[in-house]
Amino acid sequence: MEMKERLKIPRQKMSGQDPKERIHNFQEVPTGLTEEQAILEANRCLQCKHQPCIKGCPVKVKIPEFISLMAQGKFMEAAWKIKETNSLPAVCGRVCPQEIQCEVECVRGKTGEPVAIGYLERFAADYERNQGKIVIPEKVPTTGKKVAVVGSGPSGLTAAGDLIKLGHEVVIFEALHKPGGVLVYGIPEFRLPKEIVFAEVDYLKKQGVELKLNKVIGQARTIDEFMTEDGFDAVFIGVGAGLPIFMKIPGENLIGVYSANEYLTRANLMKAYLKDKADTPIIKGRNVTVIGGGNVAMDSLRTALRLGADNAYCVYRRTRTEMPARNEEIEHAEQEGVKFNFLRNPVRIIGDDNGWVKGMEVMKMKLGEPDSSCRRRPVPIPGSEYIIETDVVIVAIGAGPNPLLTSTMKDLKLNRWGYIVADEVGRTSKPGVWAGGDIVTGAATVILAAGAGKKAAQSIHEWLMQEPGKDGEREWPFDL
Amino acid sequence: MQVNEILLNRNVAPEVFEMRVYCPDVAKKIKPGQFIIIRVIEEGERIPLSVGDYDPEKGTLDLLIREIGVTTKRLVQMDVGSVIPDIVGPLGRPTEILEIKHLMCVGGGVGIAPVNVVAKAYRAQGTHITTIFGARSSNLLAWKDRVLDVSDETIITTDDGSEGIKGVVTVALEEEITSGRPIDLVFIAGPAIMMKFVAEVTKKYNVSSIASLNPIMVDGTGMCGGCRVTVGGVTKFACVDGPDFDGNAVDFDELLARQRTYIVDEKEALERAYASGEILTPEKHKCKLEEQCREGAEAWK
Repeated sequence: MEMKERLKIPRQKMSGQDPKERIHNFQEVPTGLTEEQAILEANRCLQCKHQPCIKGCPVKVKIPEFISLMAQGKFMEAAWKIKETNSLPAVCGRVCPQEIQCEVECVRGKTGEPVAIGYLERFAADYERNQGKIVIPEKVPTTGKKVAVVGSGPSGLTAAGDLIKLGHEVVIFEALHKPGGVLVYGIPEFRLPKEIVFAEVDYLKKQGVELKLNKVIGQARTIDEFMTEDGFDAVFIGVGAGLPIFMKIPGENLIGVYSANEYLTRANLMKAYLKDKADTPIIKGRNVTVIGGGNVAMDSLRTALRLGADNAYCVYRRTRTEMPARNEEIEHAEQEGVKFNFLRNPVRIIGDDNGWVKGMEVMKMKLGEPDSSCRRRPVPIPGSEYIIETDVVIVAIGAGPNPLLTSTMKDLKLNRWGYIVADEVGRTSKPGVWAGGDIVTGAATVILAAGAGKKAAQSIHEWLMQEPGKDGEREWPFDL
Repeated sequence: MQVNEILLNRNVAPEVFEMRVYCPDVAKKIKPGQFIIIRVIEEGERIPLSVGDYDPEKGTLDLLIREIGVTTKRLVQMDVGSVIPDIVGPLGRPTEILEIKHLMCVGGGVGIAPVNVVAKAYRAQGTHITTIFGARSSNLLAWKDRVLDVSDETIITTDDGSEGIKGVVTVALEEEITSGRPIDLVFIAGPAIMMKFVAEVTKKYNVSSIASLNPIMVDGTGMCGGCRVTVGGVTKFACVDGPDFDGNAVDFDELLARQRTYIVDEKEALERAYASGEILTPEKHKCKLEEQCREGAEAWK
């Protein structure tokens, strides 16, 4: 195709469910590109020699190569190309913030709209899965080394996927009864169908990864026991930032106040979204108020509407410009009728005589000077307090490091907030132990966690393949 | 034997069952006061259960279950030989076993399960154990034999006077405290309302107490915060900070309120399960149990 023609093709749009319809179901919102659209979109790629898009990708997907295959209609081959470096393409195609990663680097974005790399990745991965012909890579010779992966979220799954391809024996330990971590307990079905996560996990299992569910490491087994009794040569910790942060305001233990973790876990993992089918209850609420402006807050608001709330209010202390949520998520929430209360900060939650939430007092804010996050700091306006009538309050202001595992490891260095200290490849202060994802960085994105899992897997491999020194020990260069 | 297989399951009091499950990984690791979380079916909920005893060699856990909601009913209706889909544990912090001379245990209902295992640990180090065991009526004193076995002294109270002292556990406790014999610690486990009144007595007489709390939980790993309780004015997560807390500092009214959160939903779930035939109605279940009884299916050693 001539350059001129390529430049003429407009960026393809995914069709999707109408907002009025979709707020009554939990099916996925965008339905994906058609084959024709995928080929058209792939032809928008200019196949730049310097491949700027790859620089923007934490797992270095060979973007121009897979897009070139797609332009030729070789969708299966495209999927395999992505899988060479990304174990979770169907997930990343959906939840990656491409607009600040690969797509922001796209040359086409300089004069118009960037290539829809995320849509294409999603299409290729879905195509492969829907064909039902998942090809399992040939098994490489075994190294005889055994690696334990703690946590089956994005970092753990990615690390496991890379390690098994390098010939190591890999066992994943998951605390919950389903694999996937935040991908299954946190991200709702309408944004990431669980079936997709399970398919990616299944792909790992078919390659020989062993998955042990219901194992809370730190309690059922410790890292030391892994290394001294269970014969693991290395451990990767990817347990996420699974500790909900509350506001510490009066009334937070009233009935009807949830952490976003609890609310979303009940709705997703425990299937409360299957009304009249699942045993797990959830307070549906007529007026649901969510505190926070990130993706988790958007997920909670949109879940509340689907569970039948008349009103879903977002209470955020800054303005729309400063919201950390992806623009796409905010737009979806707006289309679905979420009501945004910007420049509002909760003061207290008010209960009735039986201890149920009936309202929340908020204070108006204004924007002041920029703070350390370069966002303008919200400043309270004294005397501006008023009450929002609400029967459910969901606190979605972030998560911290869960100490359940780290508190059992005295020789593991943590920073002052309790996150694991690790170097750029994930090495911790404890020889043979790597860590990555939110337990190192604090709450971040799926793909950053996946990137950390990837780097750690490579580093684990190099270390395991190293000849031990005279003392039988391998070098452990950990220096920060 | 399969992992999570039900080895024994029998009705020991109205609506109360004792169950032995094969769960070697948990049995090897668990310590007194810790608990497990189970899930019984694919669309089921996760519920915490106290472990009343365990055998690390045989790999077994003993549970005492009151069938009250849809999940406990599903559980107690499972047959011996079937496998519980998900068991996770041990969870929570173990009960701290202090070097003390005299431990007073106060237990009610299935709260006698943690009492049993904690008293056992104290007994092993030579602490004198007095247990006050209360129920509405004599036939509800499940695991009375175990209590008698593990305690140096046992005081039974029943609301209707059908056995032991007529009255509630607090009456007996107050009598013991005022008798002049020193009590180093009171360990409380039972329905929240019982624990509330027991703690009022220990507070009144300034006796130290530890309460094993039983709030609603989901994951049991500190991830959701659904089990939060207020202790001494500070919010704690019972699943990871507990389940044991200073009984004299627990806000029991808040615990009681939060335990009632899903009463309506739980009833609906139960009705649905009856209607679909997934669980037997109480009458049908009773018939089944009687039939099993006639067939001599019981084999609890």
